[in-house]
Amino acid sequence: MEGRNNKMVGKKSLYVKRVDGRKVDEVRPMIAEVGVVASADGSASFETGGTKAIAVVRGPRTLHPQHMQDPKTGILRVNYGMMPFSVSDRIRPGPSRRSEEISKVCEWALSSVIDLSGFPNTVVDVFIQIPKADAGTRVAGLNAAAIALAHAGIPMKEMISAIAVGKIDKTLVVDVDKEEEDFKDGEGSTDIPLAVTSRSKSIALLQLDGKISLGELTAAIEMGKKACEDVLKIQIDALRETTDDRRQMTGGKNG
Amino acid sequence: MVKEKRQIVVPGETIVSGNEFLPGDGAYRDGADVVAERYGIVNIFEKHIRVVPVSGAYYPRRGNTIIGTIVDITFNGWLIDFGGAQNAFLSVAEVPRYVNKNEMQEFLNFGESVIVKVWDVKSRGVDVSMKMRGFGKIEGGMIVSIGANQVPRVIGKEGSMVKIIKNATGCEITVGQNGKIWISGHDTDKEVMAKNIIELIADNVMEVGLTERVEKFIKELGLDAEDVEIIAEDTDGGEE
Repeated sequence: MEGRNNKMVGKKSLYVKRVDGRKVDEVRPMIAEVGVVASADGSASFETGGTKAIAVVRGPRTLHPQHMQDPKTGILRVNYGMMPFSVSDRIRPGPSRRSEEISKVCEWALSSVIDLSGFPNTVVDVFIQIPKADAGTRVAGLNAAAIALAHAGIPMKEMISAIAVGKIDKTLVVDVDKEEEDFKDGEGSTDIPLAVTSRSKSIALLQLDGKISLGELTAAIEMGKKACEDVLKIQIDALRETTDDRRQMTGGKNG
Repeated sequence: MVKEKRQIVVPGETIVSGNEFLPGDGAYRDGADVVAERYGIVNIFEKHIRVVPVSGAYYPRRGNTIIGTIVDITFNGWLIDFGGAQNAFLSVAEVPRYVNKNEMQEFLNFGESVIVKVWDVKSRGVDVSMKMRGFGKIEGGMIVSIGANQVPRVIGKEGSMVKIIKNATGCEITVGQNGKIWISGHDTDKEVMAKNIIELIADNVMEVGLTERVEKFIKELGLDAEDVEIIAEDTDGGEE
């Protein structure tokens, strides 16, 4: 049992070739877009393979009810939800146990990088919606939310990039899709969503669903951190691209 | 070490390295590095580094002209909603005439719109004034809302764009930095035309050669930029 990792000591892993032919450390094709919702203060979409997330940021604005206000700092509220048609079985709209949990963990992850001390008694709302889901929706949501927060001009110490690492039987893979997540043979699948900050490379979110040894988990986190670099590049490129247009817009003013 | 000007940064990105640099608005120091705290364009003035936001909500700055609505009356002033994080405060001492504190709604009542100048920006709120020329209560005309980031294009270089619209429609136009624009003219038709021109600019903010496009649009509307003279240059609001 001990010392087992993706090098497959002892028994061979039942999952040697990924269903979509990716390498174990290869992410799905990613597309990020900035400013997808015109009425918002900041917005972005993030797509990985069959998963798409749209994040909208509104605020800072006065927080109501007043008893929730914090005179020391502004607060962050995250609302995550999957759209009814995002998967093949219909999802009942409205809050669920799962969506409330994901909202909360995303809120904690994003709170670690943003600084709202300049806006006391206010709230920044982040709405994450999933129009199509193929596993890894919370990490896609976080990636979109980080871009949207930057786009909204919210003060942030650094960016956040997130990825889901999985252990499929005994093989560690990055950016798990639904088919891999449902893998039942051998040890089954373990899902590890994690979010990494862009500058200090600290972990802002780490969840684990399944069974894994300490050695494997360490290896999984390392893999995830490496994959987050790819995600970060996509996020930064998306933000820079819009500013190139924006620069024309201001026509040399506003400098 | 200093990178080229007008460089775009994202939060967490190192702008420059070196202890001689001073982080300003939208930047912070991390060890020897000056790091961006906001998404925007880098502005380096001598050793002072700022990041100017290019998108997002409107953040008031001292000296801005803003247009807002009265949402509350306190014992010594008015609260104005201008679309920012907090409401702006207009003190009775900052209006152009004496106001009896028992009859404050006689001067400015709930729901009325005002043009004011940002006097002071603190984290707890914004103080505004209407004591100078061109500021005061809005009476008549219409208010158009656009994004605060689209405002520079509507104003144009040194006010050139807004001048074109004023000349063509004969309307008086006041642009608030918060994205609210007040249009007041002889008749509603001209005001609607001015509104349409402004919305055309706001929708095509990314375009190069927008001035030509606007001039073409003005011709299509059947207006002539040369013929119409501007009505009353002075917009001393507030009083009659």
